[in-house]
Order: sequence, then structure tokens, then C-alpha cells
Amino acid sequence: MAFDVSKIRADFPILSQTVNGHRFVYFDNAATTQKPLPVINKITEIYTQCNANVHRGVHYMSNKATEAMEDARKTVQNFINAESEREIIFTRGATESINLVAATFGRQFLEEGDEVIVSEMEHHSNIVPWQLLESQNKAKVVKWAFDDRGELNLAELEELITDRTKLLTICYVSNTLGTINPVEQIIEIAHSHNVPVLVDASQAIQHFTIDVQQLDCDFLVFSGHKIYAPTGIGILYGKEQWLNQLPPYQGGGEMIETVSFSGTTFNKLPYKFEAGTPNYAGAIALGEALRYVSGIGLDNISKYENQLLEYATDKLQTISELRQIGTAERRASVLSFVADCAHPFDIGTILDKMGIAVRTGTHCTEPIMQHFGISGTVRASFAFYNEMEEIDILSDGLKRAIKMFK
Amino acid sequence: MTELEKRQQQIVDEFSIFTDWMDKYEYLIELGKELAPMPDTDKTEENLIKGCQSQVWLTAAYKDGTVVFNADSDAIITKGIIALLIKVLSGLKPADIVSADLHFIDEIGLHENLSPTRSNGLVSMIKQIKMYAVAFASE
Repeated sequence: MAFDVSKIRADFPILSQTVNGHRFVYFDNAATTQKPLPVINKITEIYTQCNANVHRGVHYMSNKATEAMEDARKTVQNFINAESEREIIFTRGATESINLVAATFGRQFLEEGDEVIVSEMEHHSNIVPWQLLESQNKAKVVKWAFDDRGELNLAELEELITDRTKLLTICYVSNTLGTINPVEQIIEIAHSHNVPVLVDASQAIQHFTIDVQQLDCDFLVFSGHKIYAPTGIGILYGKEQWLNQLPPYQGGGEMIETVSFSGTTFNKLPYKFEAGTPNYAGAIALGEALRYVSGIGLDNISKYENQLLEYATDKLQTISELRQIGTAERRASVLSFVADCAHPFDIGTILDKMGIAVRTGTHCTEPIMQHFGISGTVRASFAFYNEMEEIDILSDGLKRAIKMFK
Repeated sequence: MTELEKRQQQIVDEFSIFTDWMDKYEYLIELGKELAPMPDTDKTEENLIKGCQSQVWLTAAYKDGTVVFNADSDAIITKGIIALLIKVLSGLKPADIVSADLHFIDEIGLHENLSPTRSNGLVSMIKQIKMYAVAFASE
């Protein structure tokens, strides 16, 4: 299929807006993505044609909603090639998915003196839940540092793993540096020491194909809103053997089998981890978003987004006042940079005046900022609906901003 | 016209000549660059007003019945806006600072920088300025 950006852009109504009198250039895709019409229409369809609380309903509408939600679960299963739909847990987002694993894995398997390896380039949501365990004397958080290009060293990992290492947690793609980590090799090394691995795929799932069986990861998490679905829905994938061993996370309806004051038994997977009325509308819309992405094809998306990233990297390298942060050999869709003459906040403010949306600050990765001794970066992050022409607009905007601050 | 009103009016007049945002921001950047740098010894954790992104430091001294402010930021635009606040409020009596209605911010079109959702620390800075004034007012 030929890749037609203008046709794709027509699916995203928000992109045709103007901001501050300028064409709206959206380069904040790593924070959240815009929604295509099929997803927006699906949300309307749910509330106009198939809204009723899911599961255990005897009536037509409840069954219809339940079927749609379970169909979405199968769509997610196929999208990441999980072995079973029982391995797909709907959550609020990647943050809740990680907290679920940290809390339940911690309760079941961690004792004082145990260690969890966390890479230095993790988002706060993949650091703080483990530190909470640390504060309960449940495990020590062991930092796996990256080098100045933003790459992790596999030989160092071998040295960090001890007989007390109980889990390794790693992002597939860094939301700040863009680094694509060699997770397949990382998992292989960890597994050779019987250490399970959680992969945070929040910045990967929308950019290239992920096959959890091929990766052999034990847990994988992502948020729906980063892959063109609504906010408030996310996924926890876990190997069935692990999920079966973990205790429930939250208690409530749906997650139980029988309840009595003399004792309660819990539902089977995946419902054991889905207490309360689930975000079925979000789940169904996520299914639609994944179908939309599959329709365009992740291979086509990867190829085009790599061209965008390469073009942007080359273009910004010609601006001598800018210094790129994160220069790993393999990167995806994220370009971070700083300028000596201005704070990221200054640059972001001026770009905003020109209709260009970038993110500035620490990107919820303060340890990365500490590593480079900077207070923040300007981050441009791309999606398949962006155009080369927009990168020219960014480049011109940056030149203009720098001129103002010099 | 009170001293506070006079100072606000002067800024509004200065900004009235700018026709587009670019000039306005260039002027703010200039003000930011001109603001005397704060000595590093004053850039302490205690004087730091935490915004989400840019850091803002503020000191206050009580001299002859008025409050003298000094401030700094690592972001130039933020610093420019701080320079405006200092121009308007520094050297006034505590009571005048406490009751000050800073309408010039709206009038020069910088309200967006001072909305509470903007994570640049300026809202907290105004709050801190007034807190100092309240403290000195009771002396």
C-alpha cells in the first residue's frame, strides 16, 4: 500500500485547526496522539447504539456491549500476538499496569534484600512504583545506567544481576531519548538468570510491530492514548503462568467468583484483575484504534516515521546552537535537544506562538536530566500523520526563536 | 493616581506600541536579560519558588517601610515577566502590595503566562510576593 499522508491527515480532524493564527503543527505525539475519525465515531456508536454495563447482564444490550469489549480484548491479543486473551488485562493506562505488577508481584514474591533492576532512562511511572516497594522494605531498586549516547550496556547488566534479583523493568523506547532498547537480548540475558522482565512499551507500540511471544517478555504494558485510542484505557499483558500466581490488585465487583463474610473466592483471568465496572467504552475504542493502525500497517508506519525522524535529525543538526540529547544508534520518533542560549521553556513558548506544539521540561524522566546535567529538553515527537513540510516549519521556527534569545 | 497605578500605566503604555506578539516577546526577553543577576548565594532552596519547569528565585528585604524584591529565573521569558512584576511592586509599602490588583498583566496580553495551568512558577511567585508583604505588614 502506498503511504498517502494527506489521506491519513483527513482522518484526524484536529490537525486542520489553526493555532495562534498559524497552521497547527503537532509534535507532541509522545505525550499523546490525536484520534482518527473511526475511533471518534466508535465512541459515538457505543453511546448511541450499544451502551450497557458489561458482563453478567441477561439483557440484549449488556450482551452486545460485553461482546464488543471481549472482541476488543481479542484484537489486542492479536495485535501483540499473545498466546491467550486471558493474558490481556484492561487497565487505566501504562501507569496503572506497572503499579498493578509492582504491588502484586511485590506482595507475592519480594522480600527484604531482594532487588529489582530499573534502567536509568525509565519514565517516573516505571521508577516510583518500585521505590514504593523499597519504602516498604520489599526490595532494593538497582539502577542500570546508560551511556552518554543514551544506550544501555548489556555487559553491565550481567554484572548487575545477582541471586537476589527478582525482576528487571525496562522501556522498549525511551520517551525522552528515543532510544530503542535491545529488549529481546535483555530478556534473553535476564531469563538466563531466571529473572522475569517487564517491558514498558508505551513509546513502542505505536511505532513498530511487537510480538510478545517472540520477545518472550513476562509482562508488557502500554497506554491506549499513545496509539490513537482515547485516554483512560491501557493494557497489561502478562504470561498466564505469572498472572495466575499473582494475588488480586484491587477488590470489587467483577473480580470475584463468590463473596461471603466467611470468605471470598476470586474470578479467573483476566477478570481477577479487573475490579469494578471496566472502561468498556475505552476498551472498545482501543480495539478500533488498533484496527485502524493495522489497516495502515505498522511496517508502513515504521518506514515513514523513520524517514521523518531522519529528516528532522539532519535538519536540526544544521542549527549549530542546538545540541541533541539522545544519540543512540537505534531511535524511534523522538528528538530531544537543548540550546545554550535559552531554557527549553523559552523555546517552547516561542514555538507555541508560531502554532508549533512541542513538549519542554523533564518529560517525567528527571534521572535522565540528572545524567546530562540539564534542567530539561525540548522534545519533538512524530507520528505518521506528520509531514516533512512541518519539520521545515519547526526548523524555521527554531531558527527564529534562537535569534531572539542570542 | 497611586504609585502602583502609575507604574502599571507606564508598562501598559510601553506595550501599546507593539503590534505583534514577536515584538512583545522580544521586549520581554530584553527585560529578562537586563534584570540584574541575583548573586548565587541567594539562589538557595529556601528562595526557590517551585514551578514545574523553570526555576524562580525570590528574595525580599524590608527597607524604610517598603519592600524591595529581587528575583531571578533560569528561563529568560519568565525572567522578563518577573522584571515587570518587580518594576510594579518593588519599593512599595507592604499594605499596597498585599492589596495590589495587577491588571496590567491582562492589559498587555500576558495573562496566558500567568494562568494557574501554566507551569512556569509565576503564579506562585505573585503569591510569594504577597506573603512577604503580609509578613512585613505585621512588623
